This record gives sequence, C-alpha cells and structure tokens, in this order.
Amino acid sequence: MSTKFSIIVFPGSNCDHDAYHAVKHVLGQDAEFVWHKETTLKGADVVILPGGFSHGDYLRTGAIARFSPVMTAVSDFARSGGPVLGICNGFQILCEAGLLPGAMLRNRDLKFHCEHVHIRVEQTATVFTCRASKGQVLRIPIAHGEGNYYAQPDVVSELETSGRVIFRYCDPDGQITDAANPNGALNSIAGICSPQRNVVGLMPHPERACEAALGSADGLVLFESVLSALSSQGAVASVAHNG
Amino acid sequence: MKARVFVTLKPSVFDPQGQTIADALHSMGYAGVGDVRQGKYFELELASASADQARALAAEVADKLLANPVIESYRVEIV
Repeated sequence: MSTKFSIIVFPGSNCDHDAYHAVKHVLGQDAEFVWHKETTLKGADVVILPGGFSHGDYLRTGAIARFSPVMTAVSDFARSGGPVLGICNGFQILCEAGLLPGAMLRNRDLKFHCEHVHIRVEQTATVFTCRASKGQVLRIPIAHGEGNYYAQPDVVSELETSGRVIFRYCDPDGQITDAANPNGALNSIAGICSPQRNVVGLMPHPERACEAALGSADGLVLFESVLSALSSQGAVASVAHNG
Repeated sequence: MKARVFVTLKPSVFDPQGQTIADALHSMGYAGVGDVRQGKYFELELASASADQARALAAEVADKLLANPVIESYRVEIV
C-alpha cells in the first residue's frame, strides 16, 4: 500500500512539482497537490510545504501564506503527530505559523544563493531522518535569499539541548565551519524539528536531490525515512489492534 | 483615521541591509553617519471612531501580520 503525500500549493510555490516528481515518480508513492484555499488535506499521510515564493515573498517570506485556509488543517495535522516537511519557503511558512520556532533573516551577504551545499545529519530521531546515520553528510542544493536562521538565544539553546537541530551546514568532510555556512544562520542551522519531532523544516532542497541525473540522490533519505517510519508505525498499530 | 506603523528589526538582530547602506555612505564620505537600521513603513486607513480605537486596531494588525515578534518591533502613530 502506498503512502499518500499531500503537497500544498500556494500562489508562488515553484518547487511543488519537484516534490511531486520525487514522491510519485522516484519513490512510487501516491502524491496529490492541495491548493491553499482548501480546508482538508485529502487524506494525507505526509504533508509537504514546498519551496518557492508564496505571495511573492511580500511583507516577509511566508508571512501571508501562513494565513491561508489550508494552514488550519496543516496545524491540526501537525499537532496530532502527522509528519510535516517544510522545504525552503515551506520552512519559512512553518516558522511564521509558529509550528517551528525562530525566523529567517536576509542572507548575511545579501546574495541569493543557488548552489549545492553540504549538510550534516545531527539527529536521526525524527520521522524524516530515521534512515540516515548521525554525522552523515548530504550534498543537497539550496536556493534562497532569506535562509539566515535566527531565534532568541534562549530558544536556540533549547533547540540545542533538546536535540532539535536536525541539519547543519558543513564542509564536504562534515566539519562545521563559518566558510561552509552559506547564509549566516545561527550555529550553522540548516534544519530543525518541532518538540514532538514530527514537523521538520530545512532550507536545502532534498526533493531536488533524489536522482543521480540531478547531481545527487542524497535527498532521498528524508523520504525513505518517513516511509520507513510510517510503515513501522503501521506495523505497531496493526499488532496493537490484533492484540 | 490614519495610522502609520514603523517596523524595524530588534536592536539585538543583525541587519545586513542596514550595514551595507552604512558601509556605502561611509565610502561616499559621510563619516558623520553612524549605524543604519532599515525598516518598513505602513499607512493604514482605519474606520475607527477614536484615536484610542485606531491605535488598538493598528497594534493588533501589527502584532498579527505586519511585524514578526521574533525579529521585529513596531511603533504606531495616529494621524
């Protein structure tokens, strides 16, 4: 049985088709676009908030999208433990919506960065990294002008101590250096998760790194992780039901 | 009634745009210009009966949408 991925489409989303392609054609799962005016998630097992420039990035990135009708359903889904992946603009929307802490500032050099970077998997105890190994280095593209992660010092400290920094920018050898940080993000943070660990946001684009023909297939591990997590949850639920 | 809302990054938050503008001014010879902070300015037309109501409404929309309290603070003027 295939897993249903609902990909939310905001006006200005432009990585929705990339996510759809990765899920449907590379992984062979069920994928469906959900327009932001919808009020249900169409039976999603996993929700993806894709990258792009929702509402033209007017006001602040993600600031207007967070008030879209579909976001009520996304919040309910997230709060009930459903897996939610926010990629790039999707991460920014999750922050604006308060589903993840912090905010994005302009990249410290004011440039839009469109390039492959390396990120290190810091935590494997999330539904999107359970198939990765701790310290694994992934080569994944970024494409953003506002990915400079910021949060108040007490919030960053809480993220660190609770193991909720999931990905950090690093060099090809996995070393965390200032030179390997493309945007100035605090503590080289590239991705974080919610306290329940089911909502993950990251600035890099794993959906654009799922096939060798695209230069890297390192992003696959996020999608394989959630499939694996859901199938083992299903097995547990089924055992519990039978018992 | 009209409200003016000024949104700026909190003092503790680095402002790379303001810094770049300050650097440009210094290279133009304006040694007398110190720190520069860039912000946003909004003019709101409000159907409020009193200045107090207008101020409360402007503050509410600033809290909800115009400013992100994680990184920004705001100031309201009623005109």
